[in-house]
Amino acid sequence: MAERIVVDPITRIEGHLRIEAEIKDGVIVDAYSSSTMVRGIEEIVKGRDPRDVWAFVQRTCGVCTTVHALTSVRAVEDALGIIVPPNAEMVRNIMEGVLYMHDHVVHFYHLHALDWVDVVSVLSANPTETSRIAQSISNWPKSSPGYFSDVQKRIKRFVDSGQLGIFANGYWGHPQMKLPAEINLLAVAHYLEALEWQKEIVKVHTIFGGKNPHPNYLVGGMACAINTDNPGGLNAERLAYVGQLLQDGKEFVEQVYIPDLMAIASFYKDWGAIGKGSFGNYMSYGDFPTAGYNSLDPESFKFPSGVIKNFDLSTIHPIDHRESTEITEFVNKSWYEYTGGDNEGLHPWNGETNIKYSGPKPPYEHLDMDGKYSFIKTPRWKGLPMEVGPLSRMLIGYGHGRKEFTEIVDSALSKLEVPVTALFSTLGRTAARGLETQLVANWTVEFYNTLMSNIKNGDQRMANTKKRDPSTWAKECKGVGYMEAPRGALAHWIVIKDGKTANYQQVVPSTWNASPRDPSGQMSAYEATLIGTPVADPEQPLEIIRTIHSFDPCIACAVHLYDEHGKHISQVQNTTTCNA
Amino acid sequence: MSTTEKKQDTYYESIIKNGFSRRDFIKFTAFMAAYLGYETSAVAQIATALKTTPRLPIIWEHYQECTCCSESFIRTNHPIVADIILDKVSLDYTLTLMAASGHQAEAAKKATMDKYKGEYILAVEGSVPMGEDGIYCCIAGKTALQQLQEAAAGAKAIIAWGSCASSGCVQSAKPNPTGATPIHKIITDKPIIRVPGCPPIGEVMAGVIVHVIAFGKLPELDRQGRPKAFYAKRVHDSCYRRPYFDAGLFVEEFDDESAKKGHCLYKVGCKGPVTYNSCGSIKWNNGVSYPIQSGHGCFGCSEDNFWDNGPIYERLTNVPGFGIEANADKVGMVAAGVVAGAAAGHAIASTMSKRKEHKGRVDSGKDIEKQVD
Repeated sequence: MAERIVVDPITRIEGHLRIEAEIKDGVIVDAYSSSTMVRGIEEIVKGRDPRDVWAFVQRTCGVCTTVHALTSVRAVEDALGIIVPPNAEMVRNIMEGVLYMHDHVVHFYHLHALDWVDVVSVLSANPTETSRIAQSISNWPKSSPGYFSDVQKRIKRFVDSGQLGIFANGYWGHPQMKLPAEINLLAVAHYLEALEWQKEIVKVHTIFGGKNPHPNYLVGGMACAINTDNPGGLNAERLAYVGQLLQDGKEFVEQVYIPDLMAIASFYKDWGAIGKGSFGNYMSYGDFPTAGYNSLDPESFKFPSGVIKNFDLSTIHPIDHRESTEITEFVNKSWYEYTGGDNEGLHPWNGETNIKYSGPKPPYEHLDMDGKYSFIKTPRWKGLPMEVGPLSRMLIGYGHGRKEFTEIVDSALSKLEVPVTALFSTLGRTAARGLETQLVANWTVEFYNTLMSNIKNGDQRMANTKKRDPSTWAKECKGVGYMEAPRGALAHWIVIKDGKTANYQQVVPSTWNASPRDPSGQMSAYEATLIGTPVADPEQPLEIIRTIHSFDPCIACAVHLYDEHGKHISQVQNTTTCNA
Repeated sequence: MSTTEKKQDTYYESIIKNGFSRRDFIKFTAFMAAYLGYETSAVAQIATALKTTPRLPIIWEHYQECTCCSESFIRTNHPIVADIILDKVSLDYTLTLMAASGHQAEAAKKATMDKYKGEYILAVEGSVPMGEDGIYCCIAGKTALQQLQEAAAGAKAIIAWGSCASSGCVQSAKPNPTGATPIHKIITDKPIIRVPGCPPIGEVMAGVIVHVIAFGKLPELDRQGRPKAFYAKRVHDSCYRRPYFDAGLFVEEFDDESAKKGHCLYKVGCKGPVTYNSCGSIKWNNGVSYPIQSGHGCFGCSEDNFWDNGPIYERLTNVPGFGIEANADKVGMVAAGVVAGAAAGHAIASTMSKRKEHKGRVDSGKDIEKQVD
C-alpha cells in the first residue's frame, strides 16, 4: 500500500515548488513535481523596446540575478547582428564568474547544508577537535579552538533563547544525519562565515553594474565606460578593487568551500548511489567565450557544449538552438493550452503559452496528477528529457576529454574513493557544483587578466552602439541567446518586428529539471531522480529535499510563461480526494 | 528542539553575552542614531530600548517575487545579516532560509502567529495575484491571498519589501496578466511600511528593521507610506554627477567621450530626477557604487509602476507626465545647441527666466571640464 506525501512549500530554494511522492515499503515509487506560481513576464515584454527587455526578464530571478539579463542582451544582439567589444565580453564573463562563486557557495551553505548538517549537534562538539580537523584540511586562518568555541557558545545562547528562528522545526536528530558533532560545528561556523563573505564578492557586480542584486546590462556591451585617467570611468582603483575581490573570492572557494564539501561528502558516500534517475541524458549549451560569443570555434568556450545520452560519456551530440525540431516545449501536463492541441511540441520561436488553470480550487490537499499539475512547461531535446546543471557541465567536459575537467573530477573521485558511476547521483550533483566553482574561480581571474591586458594595449572600448538606433534595424528579425547559468542551460528566443518585441520565450534550467511529464509519459529530472530514494520517516521528508536541493531549484525562473491568446479561462475542478 | 517559554535575552543582554562591553553597546546605539538621522539626545532612548526589548518575531512571506529582496537583505553590511537573524530578530518563517520544509515549515509559522499574536511583524516579499481567485500563486495548497489574510490578522505591522509588495513591480506591468496587486491595496487595517526598490538597498532594509527594534516604533512615513529616512530625497539631488547636469554636460550615447568622463546620464534616459531613493547617498553594497556611478542611468525602480513609465533609454521629457523636468531639458538643449520640438510644450515660465543662468552654468561647466581633463 503506497502512502502519498506532500512537501509544500519546499524551502531553501527560489520560488514555489511542491513535491507529491508515493512511498511504498520505505522507498519512493512515484513522484510529481509542481510549481504553483506564475507571473507572465514573457507576455509583459511584448510590444516593448528590445533594448529594454533585459531589465524586465532579469526580474525573472533575483537569486541567479544577471543570467536572464545576459541571455537577453545576447538574444537581441544576435537578432540585430551586434558584436560586442572584447572588454565588454570579458566584463560579462567576470560578472558571470562572480555569480557562479556567489551562487554556488550560498547554495552549499545556506540552501543545501542544513540537509546534511545537524545544527543542534553542534552543542556537543569539542571545539579543539574541530580546530584540529579544520587545520588538517585547509590553510584557512580562522580555525583556532577559540574561534570554534565562540561559535559554539553563540549557537548555545541562540538555542537557549527558545526563539529558534530559521532553525525551528528542522530535521535535527534525524537518523540520516551522519556527521560527527565536530564536523557539524565546522559547517555551522562556515555557514556564518559564508553569509558574511557573500556580500563581498558581489561588489564586483556593483563596480561594473552599479548594484547587486540586479546589476545593469546594455545591448551592445556594458555601460561602465573605461577611462584610466579620469574619475568618471573604470580606472586603476576600480579595476584593482575587482582584482582584489576576485582573489579573496577564489581563496574562500579553495580554502573553505571545497575542503568542507569534501569533508562532508566523505560521510555521505551512500548518496553516490541515490538520485541517479532513469534516463541519463545530460545537456550543456557551453559558455564563457574567450574569443567572442559569436566564435565558431567550440574550443574557445571554457564550458563545452553538447548532449550525453543514456549515461554514455563516449559520444557528445551537438545542439542547434535554431533548428525547429530540436528544442520543443510541451504543455500536456501544464496549466496552458496550445491552439494546435496540447500533445504537440513547439519550438520557442513559434512558442505559445496560453494559461489555462485546471487544477483544484484552493485550499486543496492534493493536485490531480491524472490531469495537469504545474505552471512549468515541459521542454525536450529531440523528444528526450535532459538534466541540466553543474553535473551536466562536468560530465560533458569530462566526455570531451578536456584536461581541466578530467583532472579535477578524477582527483575528487579518488579522494572520496568512489567510482565514476557515483557522479550520476545526488552526491555527484552536489560535488560537481563545487568542482566547477573551482574551475570558474580560476577562469574569472584569467578573464580579469585579459581585460587588464586589453586596456594596457590601448583598447578602452566597452560598447558597440552603432546599431542601438532602431532605424538601423531590419523590419523583422529574430535571435537566440544562450548561456550556462549556474543552474544549467538557459536560452531566450526573441522575434523583433517594427522595432518592437513581437515574441519572447525563455526556456530555463529549472524548466528542464522540474517539469511535469511529456505526452509519452517520460519524467523530467526531479521526478525521475526521486524514484527509488529511501525515506526513513515519511513525516520528515529529509531525503526528498536532499535530492531536490542537489539541483538547486529556481522556480520563479522555471515559470514565467503566459501569452496573448490567454482568455483567462479557468476550469476549476474539485479533486481533493486522493486514492493513494 | 521545541520553543520554550523561558525569558528572552534582550538586545543588551545578547550584546554583552557576545563579549562586547557596555561602551561598545553605547557606541553601537550612537552609530544607529546617526545612521537613522536622529539627534544625539536619542542615543539614550535607543540604548534603553535595546536593553529591554525581546527579540522581535518576524514572519517573512514570499508571493509573486524573484527573491531579489531576500538576496539584498543578506547583503546588508551594518548590521550584518547573521547578527540580525541570530541576535536582533527571530526570523521564524522565510522560504529562502528556513531549515524546515512542508508542514513543518507551516507549523513554525502557525506557532509564531499563535504565540505572538499582535506582536509579530509580517514582512512580505512579492505581490499577490488577484486574478482567477488567486490561483496564480499557491503555497501549501492555499492561495497567496489566503496566506496573506491569515498572517496579517495577528500582525503588529506589515513591511512591504520591494517594489513587488509595495507597488506590484514587473508582473503588474501592462497587461498585468495575473492581476498582481500590492499589499496595501489588500490589507487596509494594519500599519504598512512600504520599502520600494527592485530590490531595496540592503542597508535600507536592515535600517527599517533596526528602526523598529531600536526605537520600538515604526519609522516616520511619507504620504506614500515610505520611511522618510530613506525615501525623502530624489536620486538626482544626491547624485555626484549633478554638477554636470547643472553645467549642461551630458552623455549622448553609451561609451562616448562624455561617458568616459562621467557626465550626466539624463539624455540616455536617467530617471534620477523623478526617483526617490537613497542610491546616491547610501549607495549599494556598502557604498561601493550605484547605477549612475557605474555608467547606467537610474530607471526609477523605487517609483510606482516604473516599468510602464516609458522606455528605459528615453529621456524624461518625452515621457507623458514628467513635465516637471522642463528645466533639465532646457539645460540639455542649451548645452547641445539643439532645440527639439517635443520640448517646446514644456517651456514654463521659470525655465524662460532662468535661461541666462543656464548659460552661465554651461560656461562654468566648461571650466569644470577643463579642470577634470
